[in-house]
Amino acid sequence: MALVLTEEQSMLRDSARGLISDKAPVPHLRQLRDSKDPTGFSKEFWHSFAEMGFAGLLVPEEFGGSGLGFVEAGVVMEEIGRTLMPSPFLATSVVAASALNRGGNAAQKSEYLPKISNGSLLATLAIDEGAKHRPLQTSLQAVRAGNGFRLSGAKALVVDGHVADLFIVAARTAGSAGEREGLTLFLVNPKAKGVAIERTIMVDAHNAARIELANVEVNADSVLGEIDQGAGLLDGVLDIGRGAVASEMVGLSEEVFGRTVEYLKSRKQFGKLIGEFQALQHRAAELYVDIEITRAAVMKALQALDTDVAKATSAVAVAKARAGTTATRAVQEGVQMHGGMGMTDQFDIGFFMKRARVCEELFGDANYHTEQLARARGY
Amino acid sequence: MTDSETADLEQFRSETRAWLEANCPPEMRKPATSDADVFWGGRNTRFSSEPQRIWFERMRDRGWTVPDWPREYGGGGLSAAEHKVLRAEMAKIGARPPLSSFGIWMLGPALLKYGNEAQKQEHLPKIAAGLIRWCQGYSEPNAGSDLASLQTRAESDGDDFVITGSKIWTSYANYADWIFCLVRTDSTAKKHDGISFILFDMTSKGVTTKPILLISGYSPFCETFFDGVRVPKSHVVGTVNRGWDVAKYLLQHERAMISGMGERGVGRPLGQIAADSVGADAQGRLDDAMLRGRIATFDVDEAALAACAERAVDLAKAGQAHPAFSSAMKYYGTELNKRRYEILMSAGGVDALEWESERSRQGARPRAWLRTKANSIEGGTSEVMLGIVAKRILDLPGA
Repeated sequence: MALVLTEEQSMLRDSARGLISDKAPVPHLRQLRDSKDPTGFSKEFWHSFAEMGFAGLLVPEEFGGSGLGFVEAGVVMEEIGRTLMPSPFLATSVVAASALNRGGNAAQKSEYLPKISNGSLLATLAIDEGAKHRPLQTSLQAVRAGNGFRLSGAKALVVDGHVADLFIVAARTAGSAGEREGLTLFLVNPKAKGVAIERTIMVDAHNAARIELANVEVNADSVLGEIDQGAGLLDGVLDIGRGAVASEMVGLSEEVFGRTVEYLKSRKQFGKLIGEFQALQHRAAELYVDIEITRAAVMKALQALDTDVAKATSAVAVAKARAGTTATRAVQEGVQMHGGMGMTDQFDIGFFMKRARVCEELFGDANYHTEQLARARGY
Repeated sequence: MTDSETADLEQFRSETRAWLEANCPPEMRKPATSDADVFWGGRNTRFSSEPQRIWFERMRDRGWTVPDWPREYGGGGLSAAEHKVLRAEMAKIGARPPLSSFGIWMLGPALLKYGNEAQKQEHLPKIAAGLIRWCQGYSEPNAGSDLASLQTRAESDGDDFVITGSKIWTSYANYADWIFCLVRTDSTAKKHDGISFILFDMTSKGVTTKPILLISGYSPFCETFFDGVRVPKSHVVGTVNRGWDVAKYLLQHERAMISGMGERGVGRPLGQIAADSVGADAQGRLDDAMLRGRIATFDVDEAALAACAERAVDLAKAGQAHPAFSSAMKYYGTELNKRRYEILMSAGGVDALEWESERSRQGARPRAWLRTKANSIEGGTSEVMLGIVAKRILDLPGA
């Protein structure tokens, strides 16, 4: 497979870019933030997204989706990264749709996937519990109760948690924190008795919530995948999410870099364009190289996911680790090279820095994924 | 790609795999550990082993020393997609390149683009068959990063040029049969405009070479002197005084070659090599957390660079490559290779300091470490590469 977009993928990129840059440029995020929008994204725009087939991009055609792959999902994520558009696309269309499609039984798929495709259902994965992403440390308890289970525990960084219609909750049905065995995924109705949701206003003005489950009862049909054997399903779903977030970070990095280079070509000091100074030229060139290399690594990971999700882990670890360090560098240089202007809220650059910081934590930061690669390579 | 093209490519893959399996000797499936393991070809060459000879001859007979060159010039005539498959299949079994040569990596591509038919017929088949070993006459004592200020003069005399001057850092000039050389044919023109690209035999009267001892203790580079060397004008590649175009094109290939140096992704993971000397804890984790982190970060960057190198080839094939992109790859690839050897030295500790013992294979590791320091200088320094990226790709102003 060539590491370049096909003609169809380029067309998809162009239409996503056209739509997003037109309807949801960075001021769209600013407006949502400043108005303390209760939804946190534009519902109207989400419906146009669904009409264009983006909401069900990964959903098989038999369930009303577009049946496309992870490279295509990455193409859309990248465009989202360019304008920082808040959208349910990541949580619902990529992560939750993949969890349901990969782990769901026939009844679960036909109940939820068509609604994801038409944009009427928002869903999200609730995984993290501590300050850092450590999926195997999951300790939210699910104990058998009658025909079903009773769930108790807390989750953090639940993306779109306060607006979701469906939670996919990682819980422990056996074993203890740190073990692979004993993890199970559950479908939980956010309106169920015992669910408490706190919307957390984040640094990047994107949606997130903390949720608490206190003896929440679910029936046996709510199990997604196999009981106690959820780690395998979770690995794949998380890797898909990581590939998507890495794509968002590539789009974000490239956008912030483009804006910075333009600034170097227009800002004058000492009677010169600051882009004439070799100190800045070399740093800009290094950043360019970093972004190009990261773009290739991310594309490699998405193709690996399309080939076989179960065998993509190392490629995804490389991609997410690189995307994290590259985006961090891009936004830091972006602010620094914009000088005092970069520090102002009025300028958009700061929005990119804030979003990059959140993306870095989503589904594991660069340290986490670098550690995973070291383990996979046996040292 | 259509279904039938995909099917053809898969058939090519399975045939190639079977052929390599049957024809690549086991000894040639291990990484080269010394210069003797590398076959450079040329008039005076000798094979260092029987498997090396067998492997070279079998590959040569298929045109696979230069798989993507046209068949009429001794190549394999493979498409870009087939070439990618061949490289992947060779990498899978760790097959060494059958022939290493500046003719393949640098001169060949330039001749294919700028050479006339007679020059292609004369030189390309001999490169493909490993009969002639080439060296590169570019840098001069006063023309390093500022290559275009070169002063070696070629004076017109009838049908010949008479060449006088000197070159430096001429890799393996003392073993080379022919040289591709930049000379000044018009000293009144602007510096980029009076240069020609010319080919001549190193046994010509007036050519002498003198190896330069490097910090590695080896002498891979030479000073090369030309004292009235007579060369037919027909040996100029491209147009007289337009040699800078050829030179730049060739440099792109040279930079691509240098960025690919180092045993990327071949053999045991660096972290395991380090564990041999540093030791590991009960879970197999390297017994030096800081070094482990450095290695893991290196591995991430190396894997990402490999993807980028693959993408660069695919972009070129799709006609979407920026011509200066090889400068970006050269910069990153060489800096990464230096990092690799800093890690290997740190991991090796005292053992990596021995310079002459049998145990250390005559100091193979420290000598290789020192050799890598030239990576970010030869073929254009890292600073020159960054300048090219800044100006030609990012279009930043000035100079």
